[in-house]
Amino acid sequence: MSLELLSDEGYRMDGRKANELRRVRCNLGVFQQADGSAYIEQGNTKILAAVYGPHEPSQNFRSQVPHDNCLINCEYSQAAFSGVERKNRPRGDRKGQEMAAHIKQTFEASIQTTLYPRSQIDICLQVLQSDGSDYAVSVNAATLALIDAGITMKDYIIACSASLAKGVSLVDINHVEESVGCAELSAAVLPKLGRIVYTELNGKLHEDEMGQILEAVEAGCQDVFHVLEQHVREHVKDTAANFAVS
Amino acid sequence: MLVTPGDVITEDTIYMKGHGTYGTNIEGDKRVIASVAGVVEPINKLICVKPLKTRYNGEVGDVIVGRIKDVQQKRWKVETNSRLDSVLHLSSVNLRGGELRRRSAADEFAMREYLKEGDLISAEIQQVHADGSLSLHTRSLRYGKLGQGCCVVVSPSLIKRRKNHMHNLSCGVSIILGNNGYVWISPLVKTATDSEAGDGGFDFDKEPVTADDRETICRVRNAILCLAKHSVMLYDTSVQYAYDKSLDYEAKHLLSDDVASEIVDRTLMEIDLLKGNA
Repeated sequence: MSLELLSDEGYRMDGRKANELRRVRCNLGVFQQADGSAYIEQGNTKILAAVYGPHEPSQNFRSQVPHDNCLINCEYSQAAFSGVERKNRPRGDRKGQEMAAHIKQTFEASIQTTLYPRSQIDICLQVLQSDGSDYAVSVNAATLALIDAGITMKDYIIACSASLAKGVSLVDINHVEESVGCAELSAAVLPKLGRIVYTELNGKLHEDEMGQILEAVEAGCQDVFHVLEQHVREHVKDTAANFAVS
Repeated sequence: MLVTPGDVITEDTIYMKGHGTYGTNIEGDKRVIASVAGVVEPINKLICVKPLKTRYNGEVGDVIVGRIKDVQQKRWKVETNSRLDSVLHLSSVNLRGGELRRRSAADEFAMREYLKEGDLISAEIQQVHADGSLSLHTRSLRYGKLGQGCCVVVSPSLIKRRKNHMHNLSCGVSIILGNNGYVWISPLVKTATDSEAGDGGFDFDKEPVTADDRETICRVRNAILCLAKHSVMLYDTSVQYAYDKSLDYEAKHLLSDDVASEIVDRTLMEIDLLKGNA
Protein backbone atom coordinates (compact mmCIF):
# COMPACT_ATOMS: atom_id res chain seq x y z
CA MET A 1 0.00 0.00 0.00
CA SER A 2 1.63 3.20 -1.12
CA LEU A 3 1.60 6.21 1.14
CA GLU A 4 -0.70 8.87 -0.26
CA LEU A 5 0.13 12.38 0.82
CA LEU A 6 -2.95 13.80 -0.79
CA SER A 7 -6.07 11.83 -1.58
CA ASP A 8 -8.10 12.43 -4.73
CA GLU A 9 -10.69 14.36 -2.72
CA GLY A 10 -7.96 16.69 -1.51
CA TYR A 11 -7.46 15.36 2.02
CA ARG A 12 -4.14 14.60 3.64
CA MET A 13 -3.36 11.68 5.89
CA ASP A 14 -4.52 13.41 9.03
CA GLY A 15 -7.69 14.73 7.39
CA ARG A 16 -6.45 18.25 6.71
CA LYS A 17 -6.82 20.13 3.47
CA ALA A 18 -3.68 21.12 1.63
CA ASN A 19 -3.50 24.66 3.03
CA GLU A 20 -4.71 23.88 6.54
CA LEU A 21 -2.52 24.28 9.60
CA ARG A 22 -2.51 21.95 12.56
CA ARG A 23 -4.09 23.11 15.80
CA VAL A 24 -1.91 25.71 17.52
CA ARG A 25 -1.92 26.14 21.26
CA CYS A 26 0.48 28.24 23.28
CA ASN A 27 1.21 29.61 26.72
CA LEU A 28 3.46 32.49 27.70
CA GLY A 29 5.36 32.83 30.94
CA VAL A 30 5.41 29.17 31.93
CA PHE A 31 8.56 29.49 34.08
CA GLN A 32 9.17 32.05 36.80
CA GLN A 33 12.91 31.51 36.81
CA ALA A 34 13.63 32.48 33.22
CA ASP A 35 13.32 36.06 31.97
CA GLY A 36 10.91 34.85 29.33
CA SER A 37 9.38 31.48 28.49
CA ALA A 38 6.75 29.94 26.27
CA TYR A 39 5.26 26.58 25.38
CA ILE A 40 3.77 25.87 22.00
CA GLU A 41 1.98 22.93 20.42
CA GLN A 42 1.41 22.71 16.69
CA GLY A 43 -0.47 19.46 16.23
CA ASN A 44 1.71 16.93 18.00
CA THR A 45 4.94 18.91 17.84
CA LYS A 46 5.48 20.28 21.33
CA ILE A 47 8.29 22.66 22.11
CA LEU A 48 9.34 24.59 25.20
CA ALA A 49 11.38 27.79 24.93
CA ALA A 50 13.15 29.77 27.67
CA VAL A 51 14.98 33.06 27.23
CA TYR A 52 17.57 34.39 29.63
CA GLY A 53 18.81 37.89 29.28
CA PRO A 54 20.05 40.25 28.31
CA HIS A 55 22.65 39.55 30.96
CA GLU A 56 26.35 39.75 31.63
CA PRO A 57 28.14 37.35 29.26
CA SER A 58 29.17 34.07 30.83
CA GLN A 59 32.77 32.90 30.99
CA ASN A 60 32.72 30.86 27.78
CA PHE A 61 31.36 33.68 25.67
CA ARG A 62 33.19 36.61 27.15
CA SER A 63 35.65 36.81 24.26
CA GLN A 64 32.96 36.61 21.57
CA VAL A 65 30.75 39.42 22.77
CA PRO A 66 30.92 42.46 20.45
CA HIS A 67 31.19 45.89 22.06
CA ASP A 68 28.28 47.46 20.20
CA ASN A 69 25.87 44.55 19.86
CA CYS A 70 24.60 41.74 21.97
CA LEU A 71 25.52 38.11 21.50
CA ILE A 72 22.65 35.74 20.83
CA ASN A 73 23.36 32.25 22.07
CA CYS A 74 20.96 29.50 21.10
CA GLU A 75 20.74 26.01 22.58
CA TYR A 76 18.56 23.39 21.00
CA SER A 77 17.90 20.05 22.57
CA GLN A 78 15.63 17.18 21.67
CA ALA A 79 14.36 15.02 24.49
CA ALA A 80 15.12 11.31 24.27
CA PHE A 81 11.39 10.54 24.25
CA SER A 82 10.50 13.08 21.56
CA GLY A 83 10.82 10.86 18.50
CA VAL A 84 9.21 7.67 17.31
CA GLU A 85 11.97 5.63 18.95
CA ARG A 86 13.76 6.50 22.16
CA LYS A 87 17.13 7.96 21.26
CA ASN A 88 19.49 9.58 23.71
CA ARG A 89 20.91 12.68 22.06
CA PRO A 90 23.91 14.26 23.80
CA ARG A 91 23.90 18.02 24.22
CA GLY A 92 26.44 18.98 21.56
CA ASP A 93 25.34 16.69 18.77
CA ARG A 94 25.60 17.75 15.14
CA LYS A 95 21.92 18.14 14.33
CA GLY A 96 21.20 20.11 17.49
CA GLN A 97 24.08 22.47 16.85
CA GLU A 98 23.02 23.01 13.24
CA MET A 99 19.47 23.80 14.28
CA ALA A 100 20.73 26.14 16.99
CA ALA A 101 22.94 27.97 14.51
CA HIS A 102 20.02 28.43 12.10
CA ILE A 103 17.73 29.73 14.82
CA LYS A 104 20.41 32.12 16.04
CA GLN A 105 20.81 33.43 12.51
CA THR A 106 17.04 33.84 12.18
CA PHE A 107 16.65 35.91 15.32
CA GLU A 108 19.54 38.19 14.53
CA ALA A 109 17.24 39.58 11.86
CA SER A 110 14.65 40.77 14.33
CA ILE A 111 16.17 41.37 17.75
CA GLN A 112 17.50 44.92 17.96
CA THR A 113 20.94 43.89 19.12
CA THR A 114 22.36 47.41 19.06
CA LEU A 115 20.26 48.25 22.11
CA TYR A 116 22.07 45.69 24.24
CA PRO A 117 25.80 46.25 23.79
CA ARG A 118 28.15 43.83 25.49
CA SER A 119 25.30 41.63 26.72
CA GLN A 120 24.28 38.09 26.02
CA ILE A 121 20.83 36.71 25.28
CA ASP A 122 20.31 32.94 25.67
CA ILE A 123 17.51 31.20 23.80
CA CYS A 124 17.04 27.64 25.06
CA LEU A 125 14.75 25.30 23.17
CA GLN A 126 13.63 21.89 24.26
CA VAL A 127 11.66 19.61 21.93
CA LEU A 128 9.29 17.49 23.99
CA GLN A 129 7.55 15.81 21.10
CA SER A 130 8.67 15.93 17.51
CA ASP A 131 6.04 15.47 14.80
CA GLY A 132 7.48 17.41 11.90
CA SER A 133 8.25 21.09 11.28
CA ASP A 134 10.64 21.18 14.22
CA TYR A 135 12.45 24.27 12.97
CA ALA A 136 9.23 26.17 12.36
CA VAL A 137 7.68 25.43 15.72
CA SER A 138 10.99 26.15 17.51
CA VAL A 139 11.14 29.58 15.92
CA ASN A 140 7.55 30.30 16.93
CA ALA A 141 8.23 29.17 20.50
CA ALA A 142 11.36 31.32 20.68
CA THR A 143 9.45 34.37 19.37
CA LEU A 144 6.85 34.02 22.12
CA ALA A 145 9.52 33.58 24.78
CA LEU A 146 11.39 36.67 23.57
CA ILE A 147 8.20 38.72 23.66
CA ASP A 148 7.56 37.44 27.19
CA ALA A 149 11.07 38.50 28.21
CA GLY A 150 10.49 42.05 26.98
CA ILE A 151 13.36 41.95 24.49
CA THR A 152 12.94 44.55 21.75
CA MET A 153 12.23 43.07 18.35
CA LYS A 154 11.31 44.65 15.04
CA ASP A 155 8.46 42.21 14.57
CA TYR A 156 7.35 38.69 15.41
CA ILE A 157 9.30 35.97 13.61
CA ILE A 158 6.89 33.31 12.41
CA ALA A 159 8.00 30.19 10.61
CA CYS A 160 6.18 27.53 8.69
CA SER A 161 6.96 24.56 6.50
CA ALA A 162 5.49 23.27 3.25
CA SER A 163 5.89 20.40 0.88
CA LEU A 164 4.66 19.53 -2.59
CA ALA A 165 2.45 16.57 -3.55
CA LYS A 166 0.75 16.07 -6.90
CA GLY A 167 1.45 19.67 -7.76
CA VAL A 168 -0.35 20.95 -4.66
CA SER A 169 1.50 22.63 -1.80
CA LEU A 170 0.91 21.05 1.60
CA VAL A 171 1.34 23.50 4.47
CA ASP A 172 2.64 22.62 7.98
CA ILE A 173 3.89 19.12 7.35
CA ASN A 174 4.02 16.44 10.01
CA HIS A 175 6.58 13.71 10.60
CA VAL A 176 5.07 11.15 8.23
CA GLU A 177 4.82 13.67 5.41
CA GLU A 178 8.42 14.64 6.12
CA SER A 179 9.78 11.14 5.97
CA VAL A 180 8.19 10.35 2.60
CA GLY A 181 11.08 12.13 0.95
CA CYS A 182 9.45 14.99 -0.90
CA ALA A 183 11.00 18.42 -0.92
CA GLU A 184 10.37 20.37 2.27
CA LEU A 185 10.68 24.13 2.42
CA SER A 186 10.84 25.92 5.79
CA ALA A 187 10.76 29.68 5.93
CA ALA A 188 10.72 32.33 8.63
CA VAL A 189 9.07 35.70 7.98
CA LEU A 190 8.49 39.05 9.66
CA PRO A 191 4.68 39.04 9.18
CA LYS A 192 3.87 42.73 9.64
CA LEU A 193 6.83 43.95 7.66
CA GLY A 194 6.25 41.25 5.07
CA ARG A 195 9.87 40.12 4.81
CA ILE A 196 11.37 36.65 4.63
CA VAL A 197 14.37 36.26 6.90
CA TYR A 198 15.26 32.59 6.51
CA THR A 199 14.55 29.78 4.07
CA GLU A 200 15.69 26.20 4.11
CA LEU A 201 15.00 23.57 1.49
CA ASN A 202 15.45 19.86 2.07
CA GLY A 203 15.18 17.69 -0.98
CA LYS A 204 14.92 18.57 -4.64
CA LEU A 205 12.50 21.03 -6.12
CA HIS A 206 12.03 22.20 -9.66
CA GLU A 207 12.66 25.89 -10.29
CA ASP A 208 9.09 26.39 -11.55
CA GLU A 209 7.60 24.95 -8.38
CA MET A 210 9.58 27.25 -6.09
CA GLY A 211 7.27 30.24 -6.48
CA GLN A 212 4.18 28.24 -5.65
CA ILE A 213 5.56 26.56 -2.57
CA LEU A 214 7.05 29.81 -1.27
CA GLU A 215 3.67 31.51 -1.56
CA ALA A 216 2.07 28.65 0.36
CA VAL A 217 4.65 28.96 3.14
CA GLU A 218 4.14 32.69 3.42
CA ALA A 219 0.37 32.22 3.64
CA GLY A 220 0.91 29.56 6.30
CA CYS A 221 3.09 31.96 8.28
CA GLN A 222 0.42 34.65 8.18
CA ASP A 223 -2.14 32.14 9.47
CA VAL A 224 0.12 31.08 12.35
CA PHE A 225 0.80 34.75 13.07
CA HIS A 226 -2.90 35.51 13.47
CA VAL A 227 -3.29 32.76 16.03
CA LEU A 228 -0.18 33.63 18.03
CA GLU A 229 -0.88 37.36 17.97
CA GLN A 230 -4.34 36.74 19.51
CA HIS A 231 -2.75 34.78 22.33
CA VAL A 232 -0.11 37.41 23.01
CA ARG A 233 -2.68 40.22 23.07
CA GLU A 234 -4.83 38.33 25.53
CA HIS A 235 -1.83 37.57 27.68
CA VAL A 236 -0.78 41.24 27.68
CA LYS A 237 -4.34 42.31 28.50
CA ASP A 238 -4.59 39.93 31.46
CA THR A 239 -1.18 40.83 32.84
CA ALA A 240 -1.44 44.58 32.34
CA ALA A 241 -4.92 44.69 33.91
CA ASN A 242 -3.51 45.41 37.34
CA PHE A 243 -0.59 47.52 36.17
CA ALA A 244 -2.63 50.65 35.75
CA VAL A 245 -4.65 50.26 38.96
CA SER A 246 -2.14 51.62 41.42
CA MET B 1 -3.29 51.13 24.91
CA LEU B 2 -1.73 47.69 24.64
CA VAL B 3 0.65 46.83 21.84
CA THR B 4 2.77 43.91 20.62
CA PRO B 5 5.96 44.02 18.55
CA GLY B 6 5.38 45.31 15.06
CA ASP B 7 2.20 47.26 15.88
CA VAL B 8 2.01 50.70 14.37
CA ILE B 9 1.32 53.13 17.21
CA THR B 10 0.86 56.25 15.16
CA GLU B 11 1.67 57.73 11.79
CA ASP B 12 1.64 61.33 12.98
CA THR B 13 4.95 63.08 12.42
CA ILE B 14 4.76 65.21 15.58
CA TYR B 15 5.59 62.28 17.85
CA MET B 16 9.09 61.30 18.87
CA LYS B 17 10.14 57.70 19.40
CA GLY B 18 11.07 56.69 22.95
CA HIS B 19 11.94 53.36 24.57
CA GLY B 20 10.18 50.36 23.18
CA THR B 21 9.53 51.92 19.79
CA TYR B 22 11.40 52.26 16.56
CA GLY B 23 10.91 53.65 13.09
CA THR B 24 11.84 52.16 9.76
CA ASN B 25 14.50 54.40 8.34
CA ILE B 26 12.85 54.46 4.94
CA GLU B 27 12.40 57.86 3.39
CA GLY B 28 8.83 59.06 3.82
CA ASP B 29 7.85 56.37 6.31
CA LYS B 30 6.87 58.22 9.46
CA ARG B 31 5.33 55.33 11.38
CA VAL B 32 6.15 54.80 15.07
CA ILE B 33 6.27 51.04 15.56
CA ALA B 34 6.27 49.17 18.88
CA SER B 35 9.16 46.80 19.55
CA VAL B 36 7.95 45.18 22.78
CA ALA B 37 4.66 43.89 24.17
CA GLY B 38 3.32 46.28 26.76
CA VAL B 39 1.51 49.49 27.61
CA VAL B 40 1.94 52.65 25.55
CA GLU B 41 3.00 55.60 27.71
CA PRO B 42 2.78 58.90 25.90
CA ILE B 43 4.63 61.72 27.67
CA ASN B 44 3.75 64.88 25.77
CA LYS B 45 5.19 64.29 22.32
CA LEU B 46 7.31 61.32 23.33
CA ILE B 47 5.88 57.85 22.86
CA CYS B 48 7.33 55.04 24.96
CA VAL B 49 6.17 51.48 25.41
CA LYS B 50 6.63 50.02 28.85
CA PRO B 51 7.17 46.25 28.59
CA LEU B 52 5.48 43.92 31.07
CA LYS B 53 8.72 42.27 32.07
CA THR B 54 12.17 43.61 31.58
CA ARG B 55 15.62 43.64 33.04
CA TYR B 56 16.34 46.57 35.29
CA ASN B 57 17.32 49.82 33.54
CA GLY B 58 19.04 52.02 36.07
CA GLU B 59 18.56 55.74 36.65
CA VAL B 60 20.85 57.93 38.71
CA GLY B 61 19.59 58.10 42.27
CA ASP B 62 17.71 54.81 42.32
CA VAL B 63 17.97 52.67 45.44
CA ILE B 64 18.88 49.09 44.64
CA VAL B 65 19.58 45.86 46.46
CA GLY B 66 22.31 43.77 44.88
CA ARG B 67 24.46 40.73 45.46
CA ILE B 68 28.25 40.80 45.32
CA LYS B 69 29.35 38.59 42.49
CA ASP B 70 33.07 39.17 42.33
CA VAL B 71 35.87 40.95 44.18
CA GLN B 72 38.29 42.64 41.79
CA GLN B 73 41.07 45.16 42.02
CA LYS B 74 39.69 48.24 43.80
CA ARG B 75 36.08 47.35 43.00
CA TRP B 76 33.31 44.85 43.49
CA LYS B 77 31.05 43.45 40.76
CA VAL B 78 27.44 43.50 41.87
CA GLU B 79 24.61 41.51 40.34
CA THR B 80 21.52 43.71 40.09
CA ASN B 81 19.14 41.98 37.67
CA SER B 82 20.19 44.36 34.90
CA ARG B 83 21.71 43.88 31.47
CA LEU B 84 25.25 44.10 32.69
CA ASP B 85 26.74 43.69 36.11
CA SER B 86 27.04 46.83 38.20
CA VAL B 87 30.24 48.12 39.71
CA LEU B 88 30.89 49.29 43.26
CA HIS B 89 34.22 51.07 43.46
CA LEU B 90 36.31 50.95 46.59
CA SER B 91 36.24 54.73 46.60
CA SER B 92 32.42 54.70 46.72
CA VAL B 93 32.09 52.99 50.08
CA ASN B 94 32.49 54.35 53.59
CA LEU B 95 35.58 53.11 55.34
CA ARG B 96 35.40 51.73 58.82
CA GLY B 97 35.64 54.46 61.39
CA GLY B 98 34.16 57.01 59.04
CA GLU B 99 37.55 58.23 57.95
CA LEU B 100 37.95 60.29 54.83
CA ARG B 101 41.24 59.34 53.32
CA ARG B 102 42.84 58.06 50.17
CA ARG B 103 42.42 54.31 49.70
CA SER B 104 45.73 52.59 50.21
CA ALA B 105 47.05 49.20 49.14
CA ALA B 106 46.11 47.88 52.57
CA ASP B 107 42.50 48.84 51.91
CA GLU B 108 42.60 46.94 48.65
CA PHE B 109 43.79 43.78 50.35
CA ALA B 110 41.18 44.16 53.04
CA MET B 111 38.29 44.41 50.56
CA ARG B 112 37.10 40.90 51.21
CA GLU B 113 36.74 41.66 54.87
CA TYR B 114 34.19 44.33 54.00
CA LEU B 115 32.21 42.64 51.28
CA LYS B 116 32.74 39.22 49.76
CA GLU B 117 31.01 37.09 47.14
CA GLY B 118 27.43 36.36 48.06
CA ASP B 119 26.86 39.34 50.35
CA LEU B 120 23.71 41.42 49.84
CA ILE B 121 24.04 45.18 49.84
CA SER B 122 21.76 48.16 49.49
CA ALA B 123 23.22 50.99 47.44
CA GLU B 124 22.33 53.97 45.32
CA ILE B 125 23.15 54.45 41.66
CA GLN B 126 25.81 57.05 41.16
CA GLN B 127 26.30 56.92 37.43
CA VAL B 128 24.94 55.19 34.32
CA HIS B 129 27.56 54.50 31.67
CA ALA B 130 27.05 54.67 27.90
CA ASP B 131 26.63 50.91 27.52
CA GLY B 132 24.06 50.77 30.31
CA SER B 133 26.24 49.46 33.14
CA LEU B 134 25.77 51.07 36.53
CA SER B 135 28.15 52.50 39.10
CA LEU B 136 26.91 52.23 42.65
CA HIS B 137 27.80 53.94 45.91
CA THR B 138 27.03 53.31 49.56
CA ARG B 139 28.17 56.66 50.85
CA SER B 140 25.39 57.02 53.37
CA LEU B 141 24.60 55.25 56.59
CA ARG B 142 21.35 54.05 55.12
CA TYR B 143 23.19 51.84 52.66
CA GLY B 144 25.64 49.05 53.16
CA LYS B 145 25.74 45.33 53.81
CA LEU B 146 22.40 43.75 54.60
CA GLY B 147 22.26 41.41 57.54
CA GLN B 148 19.49 39.19 58.77
CA GLY B 149 16.38 39.15 56.65
CA CYS B 150 14.78 37.85 53.50
CA CYS B 151 15.21 38.88 49.89
CA VAL B 152 12.34 38.52 47.40
CA VAL B 153 12.87 38.88 43.67
CA VAL B 154 10.12 40.39 41.52
CA SER B 155 10.13 42.05 38.12
CA PRO B 156 11.56 45.61 38.16
CA SER B 157 8.47 46.88 36.32
CA LEU B 158 6.40 46.20 39.42
CA ILE B 159 8.31 48.52 41.73
CA LYS B 160 6.64 51.93 41.80
CA ARG B 161 9.10 54.80 41.65
CA ARG B 162 8.74 56.80 44.82
CA LYS B 163 10.70 59.39 46.81
CA ASN B 164 11.43 56.90 49.52
CA HIS B 165 12.18 53.22 49.05
CA MET B 166 13.10 52.27 52.58
CA HIS B 167 10.09 51.89 54.83
CA ASN B 168 9.36 50.74 58.35
CA LEU B 169 6.00 49.05 57.99
CA SER B 170 3.53 49.23 60.82
CA CYS B 171 3.40 45.45 60.99
CA GLY B 172 6.86 45.43 62.51
CA VAL B 173 9.29 44.90 59.65
CA SER B 174 11.35 47.23 57.58
CA ILE B 175 11.53 46.78 53.85
CA ILE B 176 13.73 48.13 51.11
CA LEU B 177 11.95 48.12 47.74
CA GLY B 178 14.94 48.07 45.43
CA ASN B 179 14.17 49.60 42.04
CA ASN B 180 15.77 46.58 40.43
CA GLY B 181 13.10 44.25 41.71
CA TYR B 182 14.98 42.90 44.72
CA VAL B 183 12.96 43.53 47.87
CA TRP B 184 14.67 43.19 51.22
CA ILE B 185 12.59 42.40 54.31
CA SER B 186 14.18 42.53 57.74
CA PRO B 187 13.25 43.10 61.37
CA LEU B 188 12.79 46.75 62.33
CA VAL B 189 15.94 48.72 61.78
CA LYS B 190 16.88 51.00 64.60
CA THR B 191 17.65 54.40 63.12
CA ALA B 192 21.32 55.30 63.09
CA THR B 193 22.29 57.33 66.09
CA ASP B 194 25.33 59.52 66.43
CA SER B 195 27.22 56.86 68.31
CA GLU B 196 26.94 54.54 65.36
CA ALA B 197 27.95 57.19 62.86
CA GLY B 198 31.41 55.74 62.53
CA ASP B 199 30.11 52.34 61.52
CA GLY B 200 30.46 52.60 57.78
CA GLY B 201 27.50 50.30 57.16
CA PHE B 202 29.44 47.04 57.13
CA ASP B 203 28.55 45.63 60.48
CA PHE B 204 25.06 44.41 61.13
CA ASP B 205 23.01 43.33 64.07
CA LYS B 206 23.78 39.72 64.89
CA GLU B 207 21.14 39.43 67.60
CA PRO B 208 18.95 36.35 66.97
CA VAL B 209 15.65 37.28 65.35
CA THR B 210 12.59 36.33 67.41
CA ALA B 211 10.09 33.77 66.15
CA ASP B 212 7.34 36.41 65.88
CA ASP B 213 9.53 38.61 63.75
CA ARG B 214 10.40 35.67 61.55
CA GLU B 215 6.73 34.89 61.03
CA THR B 216 5.96 38.49 60.14
CA ILE B 217 8.84 38.57 57.68
CA CYS B 218 7.60 35.33 56.13
CA ARG B 219 4.07 36.69 55.82
CA VAL B 220 5.26 39.92 54.21
CA ARG B 221 7.35 37.91 51.76
CA ASN B 222 4.43 35.74 50.73
CA ALA B 223 2.14 38.77 50.46
CA ILE B 224 4.63 40.40 48.10
CA LEU B 225 4.77 37.24 46.00
CA CYS B 226 0.95 37.21 45.79
CA LEU B 227 0.94 40.78 44.54
CA ALA B 228 3.72 40.06 42.06
CA LYS B 229 1.90 37.04 40.67
CA HIS B 230 -1.02 39.31 39.76
CA SER B 231 1.17 42.14 38.48
CA VAL B 232 0.13 44.64 41.13
CA MET B 233 2.53 47.55 41.61
CA LEU B 234 4.52 47.31 44.81
CA TYR B 235 4.88 50.21 47.19
CA ASP B 236 4.60 50.64 50.94
CA THR B 237 0.81 51.03 51.00
CA SER B 238 0.04 48.07 48.76
CA VAL B 239 2.38 45.80 50.71
CA GLN B 240 0.91 46.97 54.01
CA TYR B 241 -2.66 46.35 52.81
CA ALA B 242 -1.78 42.95 51.43
CA TYR B 243 -0.25 42.05 54.77
CA ASP B 244 -3.38 43.17 56.62
CA LYS B 245 -5.67 41.21 54.35
CA SER B 246 -3.51 38.11 54.70
CA LEU B 247 -3.88 37.91 58.47
CA ASP B 248 -6.96 35.69 57.98
CA TYR B 249 -4.79 32.94 56.62
CA GLU B 250 -1.69 31.14 57.75
CA ALA B 251 1.48 32.48 56.18
CA LYS B 252 2.16 29.28 54.24
CA HIS B 253 -1.32 29.23 52.68
CA LEU B 254 -0.64 32.50 50.91
CA LEU B 255 1.38 30.60 48.36
CA SER B 256 -1.65 28.82 46.92
CA ASP B 257 -3.33 30.39 43.88
CA ASP B 258 -6.89 30.85 45.17
CA VAL B 259 -5.82 32.40 48.45
CA ALA B 260 -3.47 34.69 46.52
CA SER B 261 -6.23 35.89 44.15
CA GLU B 262 -8.54 36.60 47.04
CA ILE B 263 -5.97 38.63 48.92
CA VAL B 264 -5.05 40.57 45.78
CA ASP B 265 -8.72 41.37 45.08
CA ARG B 266 -9.24 42.66 48.59
CA THR B 267 -6.03 44.67 48.47
CA LEU B 268 -7.03 46.27 45.17
CA MET B 269 -10.46 47.14 46.62
CA GLU B 270 -8.78 48.80 49.58
CA ILE B 271 -6.48 50.77 47.30
CA ASP B 272 -9.49 51.89 45.23
CA LEU B 273 -11.23 53.06 48.39
CA LEU B 274 -8.17 55.02 49.35
CA LYS B 275 -8.04 56.65 45.93
CA GLY B 276 -11.79 57.30 46.06
CA ASN B 277 -11.42 59.13 49.33
CA ALA B 278 -8.37 61.07 48.26
